[in-house]
Amino acid sequence: MEHNKDAVLAVRNVSMNFGGLRALSDVDLEVRKGEVVALIGPNGAGKTTFFNCITGIYTPTDGDVVAVLRDGKEKRINGMRTNHVCELGMARTFQNIRLFPSMTALENVMIGRHCRTKQGILGAVLRWPKARREEQDVVDKSYQLLKKVGLESVANEYARNLPYGAQRRLEIARALATEPFLLLLDEPAAGMNPQETLELKEMVIRIREEFQVSVLLIEHDMKMVMSLSDRIYVMEYGRVISTGTPAEVSADPQVIRAYLGEESDA
Amino acid sequence: MEYFLQLFFGGLSKGSVYALIALGYTMVYGIIELINFAHGEIYMIGAFMGLIVAGVLTAMGWPALSILAIALVISVLYSAAYGYTVEKIAYKPLRGAPRLAPLISAIGMSILLQNYIMLAQTPDFLPFPRLIPDLEFMEQYQSFLGTSDLFIVVTSLVVMIALSLFIKFTRMGKAMRATAQNRKMAMLVGVNVDQVISMTFIIGSGLAAVGGVLIASHIGQINFYIGFIAGIKAFTAAVLGGIGSIPGAVLGGLVLGWTESFATGYVSSDYEDVFAFCLLVLILIFRPAGLLGKQRAQKV
Amino acid sequence: MAAENFATNLKKSAIAALWLAFLTLPIMVIRVDTVEKTVTWRWMHLVYMLGGSFVLAIIWHFMMDRRDRGAAIRAADGGGTESALSRFVNNPRVVKPLLAFGFIVAAAFPWVFSMYQTNILISALIYVVLGLGLNITVGLAGLLDLGYVAFYAVGAYAYALLNYHFHLGFWTVLPLAAIMGAFFGILLGFPVLRLRGDYLAIVTLGFGQIVKLVLENWNAFSFGPSGISNISRPGLFGLTYSVDQATTYIYYIMLGLVLLAIVVTARLKDSRIGRAWLALREDEIACQAMGIDNTKAKLMAFSLGATLAAVMGAVFAAKTTFINPASFTFMESAMILAIVVLGGMGSVVGVMLGAFLLILLPEYMRAFSEYRMLIFGATMIVVMVFRPQGLIKARRKVYKINTEAA
Repeated sequence: MEHNKDAVLAVRNVSMNFGGLRALSDVDLEVRKGEVVALIGPNGAGKTTFFNCITGIYTPTDGDVVAVLRDGKEKRINGMRTNHVCELGMARTFQNIRLFPSMTALENVMIGRHCRTKQGILGAVLRWPKARREEQDVVDKSYQLLKKVGLESVANEYARNLPYGAQRRLEIARALATEPFLLLLDEPAAGMNPQETLELKEMVIRIREEFQVSVLLIEHDMKMVMSLSDRIYVMEYGRVISTGTPAEVSADPQVIRAYLGEESDA
Repeated sequence: MEYFLQLFFGGLSKGSVYALIALGYTMVYGIIELINFAHGEIYMIGAFMGLIVAGVLTAMGWPALSILAIALVISVLYSAAYGYTVEKIAYKPLRGAPRLAPLISAIGMSILLQNYIMLAQTPDFLPFPRLIPDLEFMEQYQSFLGTSDLFIVVTSLVVMIALSLFIKFTRMGKAMRATAQNRKMAMLVGVNVDQVISMTFIIGSGLAAVGGVLIASHIGQINFYIGFIAGIKAFTAAVLGGIGSIPGAVLGGLVLGWTESFATGYVSSDYEDVFAFCLLVLILIFRPAGLLGKQRAQKV
Repeated sequence: MAAENFATNLKKSAIAALWLAFLTLPIMVIRVDTVEKTVTWRWMHLVYMLGGSFVLAIIWHFMMDRRDRGAAIRAADGGGTESALSRFVNNPRVVKPLLAFGFIVAAAFPWVFSMYQTNILISALIYVVLGLGLNITVGLAGLLDLGYVAFYAVGAYAYALLNYHFHLGFWTVLPLAAIMGAFFGILLGFPVLRLRGDYLAIVTLGFGQIVKLVLENWNAFSFGPSGISNISRPGLFGLTYSVDQATTYIYYIMLGLVLLAIVVTARLKDSRIGRAWLALREDEIACQAMGIDNTKAKLMAFSLGATLAAVMGAVFAAKTTFINPASFTFMESAMILAIVVLGGMGSVVGVMLGAFLLILLPEYMRAFSEYRMLIFGATMIVVMVFRPQGLIKARRKVYKINTEAA
């Protein structure tokens, strides 16, 4: 498949039908190395459906989804099982926060380490040195990630007891624990006040630098999107209606129409 | 050919009873997404109530047909009352709780009711009087279609039609449909959801009681354990037809009745109960939505 | 406030008592004999019913008020309040000494108490391990298995049949039973992978029933309802011993197995696979999205639970030297589930406590033995309504952070 030499994710002609409902039509999208790409559009445009298509929750009816791994190898991931997609290096957060409420913050992040570790039942029960070392390593690395998102003080708190903003950051830390090359954030700033949104934005920039990840995010907060993204895709009714830099997209009449409606002939 | 007809009508009448019980399961599941484990026991209590009424009236010398009618009515009323009470005690307090809690409460209620009957009455099998009279014009069909079979099928049919009319045309019926589709919304438009849920249990229990009295009269004996097996089989029927779907429960009941009848008739009668369980397992694995159910997608 | 509430309570309870008396009147009061055409009226029962329901209703309403008032507090805290007992047991400095003490007491038991008592305790210990096994499947992984007794039966019949046909001894069969359990766990787990909650429960219930019915009817294989008798007791280097000594021997075998089960469960709970199971229980989709293979995790949970049950089955067969399908009914599965849920899902000590309470209490309250199952059913309802989290709350491990690595 033709794609930019720096692409980490290349999506071509992806369509998704649910019975008679066409949720996605011919979507083309690319995320390049080190970029922050935003996916925006009115509610119901198909953004989360798109996420679900590229992470294996749905299998696209048509088209190709190709991941370009850190070592340069290309892999077509259509319909690949969700846990394999994560193992490959694409981790996500969810629109309606999906943490594990009965586990502590630290343990939630430790879950992210699962696909990068090996200890099985035998190791867990017998606790031989290799298993114990791996477990300690998981604890240490998870704690580090909690520090990176500013949650180290609540490491042993149950996730359900954390305030909303903390929960969102925890979800991101958990995703980072899987060592992704591409981070998929689904409305990370939802429900946040301007101060929190600013902090989130700075956190994403820091993460991109430190972890060398690319980011694809769905967001409604325009201020954040415009100031954070390198490129933007605008969706409406399952199609991409515009793409480009923030400046280009905000000037595009199609986009203006989609958000503000047609001018009425009064 | 005669054997086939025997099995056919036997399956039809058994299936009708399964359908009556299955309706209770499906309606309750449709409204509060709970498998009412104790529903089989309501059916069993219905049979016992029928027995007690019949016993008392027989001792007083009343004519058979009127005993049947009164036994049915009183049994339905009492079972409805039991259903209502069971819901208030074991399910209503758990309405917001995680799924496991009401399920376990239901299992507990099932065990409680079984043992209550066993202790208050007897653990033995009790003979149930043949209340359904033999009609003369049925003599010719005697070899494959008995009067009681016919009676069961006709009564079940009447009851089910009454139910459909109720659901379709009455205010309560509409309220029940609304609550099943979207409970919060129903509450917001003023439906008294507590009442609706109670009504669902009441109706479901009444239907089960009809089934209990009819089949007890047909088979001739009852004991405290019949609810467990009948309950699971009826639940199989409800799932087979599509849990939450009323026509599905009827269809499922009939399919189960025929499957059992023909399988025991042509394959083996030792494993009678196994057929129902195997059917249950197979459906839930390959088509959990059932024959008439809708596949529900989950929002991620 | 209290006086008003109490008055309302009395009124509600009076109505409840009248309603219940009416409801139970035919069943409790009337006894018919359709053959003799007689009717017996037992009016005393009505009196008991009125009085009993009145008292119970008062208690019920009182507890309900307490529960509803506590609900607001609980909603804020989230996850249910923890009782004093639970906090005591969960204190890390209490657990280990407590268990150690328990084992010392248990080790001395047969020398202090009679064989009869020891036998009862063996039963309780078997249920402890069964509870721990189901705890892995239900408590940790959240897979509601209502047919758990099927694996118990597999182990029991494996030993009984291998012993009968090939004269294999207990110790030879024990690992075989474990393997068979694991195998059946995977076999039964495979078809139910895609099922959620209620449906999973019913299918497993169906499986359990199928196993029992097959055992009852396939006479050629399982000897049907009459069962298998004269099963060998466990060997001790070829020595022969008396029945009493057998009981003591099996008792210590069970203690060892209980210890093993506790260690295995406790270590798994706070391990990589234990966390994966918990994630699976809480949110399957997020679990899968974080790179965990749900299928593998589910099968492992089923399989491990089944292994423990099968091992217990073999011990049960060796202990009673006679088995038949009647020991493997749905009621057993319900009992084991009750042990896990009432004890506190996911909590090792909780499950142990649950097993002891549910098995030992009825034994020591022989006077009420007729009402045992009735009370059991009522207990399940009451606990679910008033304390669904069970006796002991399962706590997650508090990790010590290696701040030097920070």
